[in-house]
Amino acid sequence: MNSFPASTMIVGAIFLLSVATTVVGALIAALTARIIRSVCGLAICCIGLAGLYYFLHSPFLALMEILIYVGAVCVTIVFAVMLAEPDEPVRDEDPGSTVLWGGVALLVSVAIFWGLWHLGAHQNLAAPATRLTDGSVKAIGYSLLTTYSMAFELISLALLVAIIGALAIARTGRTKP
Amino acid sequence: MTPSPLPDRPDIYFAVAALLLAIGIFGLLRRRTLIGMLISGELIFSGASLNLMAFNRFKAPDPTVGQIFVLFIMGLAAAEIAIALSIIIAVYRNYRSVKTRDLSELNG
Repeated sequence: MNSFPASTMIVGAIFLLSVATTVVGALIAALTARIIRSVCGLAICCIGLAGLYYFLHSPFLALMEILIYVGAVCVTIVFAVMLAEPDEPVRDEDPGSTVLWGGVALLVSVAIFWGLWHLGAHQNLAAPATRLTDGSVKAIGYSLLTTYSMAFELISLALLVAIIGALAIARTGRTKP
Repeated sequence: MTPSPLPDRPDIYFAVAALLLAIGIFGLLRRRTLIGMLISGELIFSGASLNLMAFNRFKAPDPTVGQIFVLFIMGLAAAEIAIALSIIIAVYRNYRSVKTRDLSELNG
C-alpha cells in the first residue's frame, strides 16, 4: 500500500479536506441570510459527507449521497425557492431580542456538541473480532433481497405514498388561469 | 505505539457528526423561514447518518447493516423533503409567505 512516498500524508490531507468541506458547508447552510446560498451550503456539505463515507469503507453510499442529496434533494429545494421566494426577512423587532435568541441558540448547540463530544471521545472502540461480510455492494444487495426485503418493500411503498401525497397537496388551492 | 492514521480514528467522525447535529439545531432555532428550517433538518439527518456509518465501520460485526440503514434514512429523507416542500408551496399559496412569524393562525 505504501509504495508511493508520503501516501499516508496525502490520504490524511484528503481526509482533512473532506472534513473541512463538510463543516464549512454546514456552517454556510446554517448561517447565510439568503436561502439560495444555504442550499448551496447543503450541497457542499453533502459532497464532503460523501468523501467521509468513502473513508468509512463504503463507496456505494458515497455515490448515493451525491446522487440523492446533491442531485435530487438540493434541486428540489431550489425549485421550491423559485416558487416561494423565501428570503430571510429583515429583522423588524428590536436587536436586543435578536441577540438574545441567537445567544440561546448558540448556547443550546454548543451544549449539545460538548455533551456528544464528551460521550464519544472517551469510548473504547476496539475493532470487532470477526467480520461476517466484507460490506461490498454485492453483500448489500444480498442483504436487501434476503434479510431486509420487507423493509425494502415498505420503503418503496413509503416513497410511492410520498410522491402521490406531494402531488395531491401541491395541487389543492391552485386556480385555473 | 504509533498513532493510527487520521481516517482510522473514530473520534474525528464522532466530532464531525456532533458538529453537524449542533449546527443543524442552531439553524433550526435561528431560521425564520420554513425552507431554511428544512435545510437545517437535513443537516441533522446527515449527522445521524454519519454517526451510524462511523459505528458501522468501527464496531459492527456485519458492515452491511449500517450501510442499509443509512440508505433507508436517505430514502425517507427524500420522501420527507417531497412532502414538506409540497406543504410549503401550499402554505405559500394560501398565505403568500413562508415566514414562520406570519403563520400564526393557530396561535392562541
